[in-house]
Amino acid sequence: MSLVKTDAAARAAVRTHDLDAVVVGAGGAGLYAALELKQDLGPEARIGVISKLYPTRSHTGAAQGGVCAALANVEEDHWEWHWFDTVKGGDYLVDQDAAEVMCRDAIDTIIKLEHLGLPFDRTPEGLINQRRFGGHTRNYGEGPVRRSCYAADRTGHAILQTLYQQCVRADIAFYDEYQVLDLAMPDGVDGRVSGVIALQLATGEIHSFRARGVLFATGGFGKIFKVTSNAHTLTGDGVAIPWRRGLPLEDMEFFQFHPTGMYKLGFLLSEAMRGEGGILLNDAGERFMERYAPTMKDLASRDVVSRSIYQEVAAGRGIGGGDFVHLDVRHLGAQVLNEKLPDMSGFIRTYFGIEPLTDLVPIQPTAHYAMGGIPTDIDGRVLADEAGRVVPGFYAAGECACVSVHGANRLGTNSLLDILVFGRRAGIAMARELRAAPAVEPDLAAEVAVAQAVSELRGRQDGERAATIRTELQEVMFTKCGVYRTAALLEECRAEVRTLRERARRLVIDDKGCRYNTDLVEALELGFLLDCAEATVESAVARLESRGAHAREDHPERDDENWLKHTFAFRDPDGGDARLAYKLVTVTKFEPKPRVY
Amino acid sequence: MDVTLRIRRFNPEADSDAHWETYAVEAEPTDRVLDLLHQVKWYQDGTLTFRRSCAHGVCGSDAMLINGRNRLACEFLVKDAGTDISVEPIKGLPVIKDLLVDMDPFWDQYRSVMPYLVNDEVPEDGRERRQSPEDRARYEDTSRCILCAACTTACPVFWTDGAYVGPAAIVNAHRFITDTRDHAHEERLQIMADPDGVWRCRTVFNCVEACPRGIQITRAIMEVTNEISTVGGG
Repeated sequence: MSLVKTDAAARAAVRTHDLDAVVVGAGGAGLYAALELKQDLGPEARIGVISKLYPTRSHTGAAQGGVCAALANVEEDHWEWHWFDTVKGGDYLVDQDAAEVMCRDAIDTIIKLEHLGLPFDRTPEGLINQRRFGGHTRNYGEGPVRRSCYAADRTGHAILQTLYQQCVRADIAFYDEYQVLDLAMPDGVDGRVSGVIALQLATGEIHSFRARGVLFATGGFGKIFKVTSNAHTLTGDGVAIPWRRGLPLEDMEFFQFHPTGMYKLGFLLSEAMRGEGGILLNDAGERFMERYAPTMKDLASRDVVSRSIYQEVAAGRGIGGGDFVHLDVRHLGAQVLNEKLPDMSGFIRTYFGIEPLTDLVPIQPTAHYAMGGIPTDIDGRVLADEAGRVVPGFYAAGECACVSVHGANRLGTNSLLDILVFGRRAGIAMARELRAAPAVEPDLAAEVAVAQAVSELRGRQDGERAATIRTELQEVMFTKCGVYRTAALLEECRAEVRTLRERARRLVIDDKGCRYNTDLVEALELGFLLDCAEATVESAVARLESRGAHAREDHPERDDENWLKHTFAFRDPDGGDARLAYKLVTVTKFEPKPRVY
Repeated sequence: MDVTLRIRRFNPEADSDAHWETYAVEAEPTDRVLDLLHQVKWYQDGTLTFRRSCAHGVCGSDAMLINGRNRLACEFLVKDAGTDISVEPIKGLPVIKDLLVDMDPFWDQYRSVMPYLVNDEVPEDGRERRQSPEDRARYEDTSRCILCAACTTACPVFWTDGAYVGPAAIVNAHRFITDTRDHAHEERLQIMADPDGVWRCRTVFNCVEACPRGIQITRAIMEVTNEISTVGGG
């Protein structure tokens, strides 16, 4: 409480809001949770959704290919097959009880979305149409199955729009363009979470949202890497904040590189392009995936395909000897390209100035998705440690969370499914807890600390630009903690991230104003990126095996004997090595087997 | 290549009036205008203020008036924009700072048209509602809207009278008016038939030209007016 006395002015400047529940992040997970909260707690409940963007800008809207559920609308399918594919796709690091919940709930969840208005593509009979997607198979790996439900190649856009539309209908209160900077945890990691503290972009004011329950649905942190499909705003704010507060992050070493990023630009050409029949070619025009994955070929899991591309490049078979290969969709024909993949075809025409019907498309693996994040149980409750102690009042869902349903490598379409299933479940569980939750105890010290930190950054007169440090961070992470890793590279990476962190203590911004100070926001976001990078590299250094997206050239085999367990990383408050703890993977049905596609 | 970037700047905390500032930037022909704005913001003048997120034309954050036409800064490449590029905020909404405008009037218009499916009935078998591919196709075009406001802020009717609901809101009304699953058909048509609704359109086609998604907005507006005439919504 001493902080309060030292800066009464800062405290007086903080504006407070008293709510029942706060949802941070307005993508699919946050919006679905908000809908459930409103429905379960009734119209009187004060539910607030806070986002640093307008909700319809959220990155859920960039998801393309589809969302899987074993509806069996076009061919035989069973949720148990989907469950198996998810576990195998995750290289057996998936908690099988959680994946069971996701794949079973998937069917109801997709049907519910249709009821909410989602514009799915339809079969001639009027059912939700389905198509193939990487890693999704029939009968436990026999061959591809049509499981992905989709709205052309903008399924995420359709999900985001539909959920936002229904939130408008439900009259949910939105706080748009607020940058959340801290959690209210008046009793530290042993107590309840009782709100969040945020910067209002329009005014520069600090707001304290006091609430009996908080859900983080803030998305990923792909911007720690140089080449990424992620939006500029995906800076891991919600992942870094609990880490700073002494809460663990789970499985952070597992970051998915999607095989078909647009060359140099990084954003995605959907896996649906391969689902519809597109293939990858090397410099010799060879369909090289036949060598790496004889059964699934170009539709093997993403980690497998990304590594195969790297190996082709390393062997000098990249295009013109360079660091990219070709995606060939010429044979799909105008109808498929224009009607089923219109946005993808548009990207290729707009950004490369080439014609997918006649030209080969240059692609390279791009940092795409964080399998790791804030550890939660199957109802979104945040875990304080590897033993499973729950943090009262705190929930997380979507990419910022780790349930874990994706294990070491997420299957295509399962991210949309994750946000829907676990966003909804978190909302339901939170509503249940809130009915009996105690009154809010504010975190006055945190409110003041945030106000002071922002004011100090705004007032600093010299130092380095955030952009310089961010660019170096992205380069280091991409080259030393990317698709292939070694002890030497990771140790270098760790040291360099620490140096960058030191330099970032002396950031300077040009904009000293209050109104929409996006210069200030980018500097704050850099701090979050550095935290996410630190947790990622610390976890990666320690895992001495190759599993899913974590490929160690110095430890090329998966090691179930020693490493069939989740990493729980805790930040060292003094800036030293993270403390790492481990939690055994939950195996209920599928015994780990070699992973062949 | 060397590009001259002219940006319309206004910071109410520092400036009395809006004014042009000129920046010299190095660019590749394949760079987006957004990349150039970032170059200025990151390495020349951190006070330059604009919205952006996805950087590839799907989130709708960065509609701006570039070389005299509304576009997304992340979709317009230097090779098409040339070496002398002007960037201004979209028109008709109050400028808050530089290229960033007050979007509240736009969102109010959007919310006013019941932009959501109204149908709380669930099929008896608990499965999805059936909809034929033909019925689904009726709202395919308008369901692609990303709410970037490029259309509405290109509309001269909206410039002169902000009470007009504007093309983006009509597009989003059309998306549900043409959805066979919806139960609020006539109610939404009533909203569209309001004096500040769909009749205010003067078919100038600015909206169609501005839409980064290529949505046939004027056609959607006509379909709504036809539906009002048929059903008698007004």
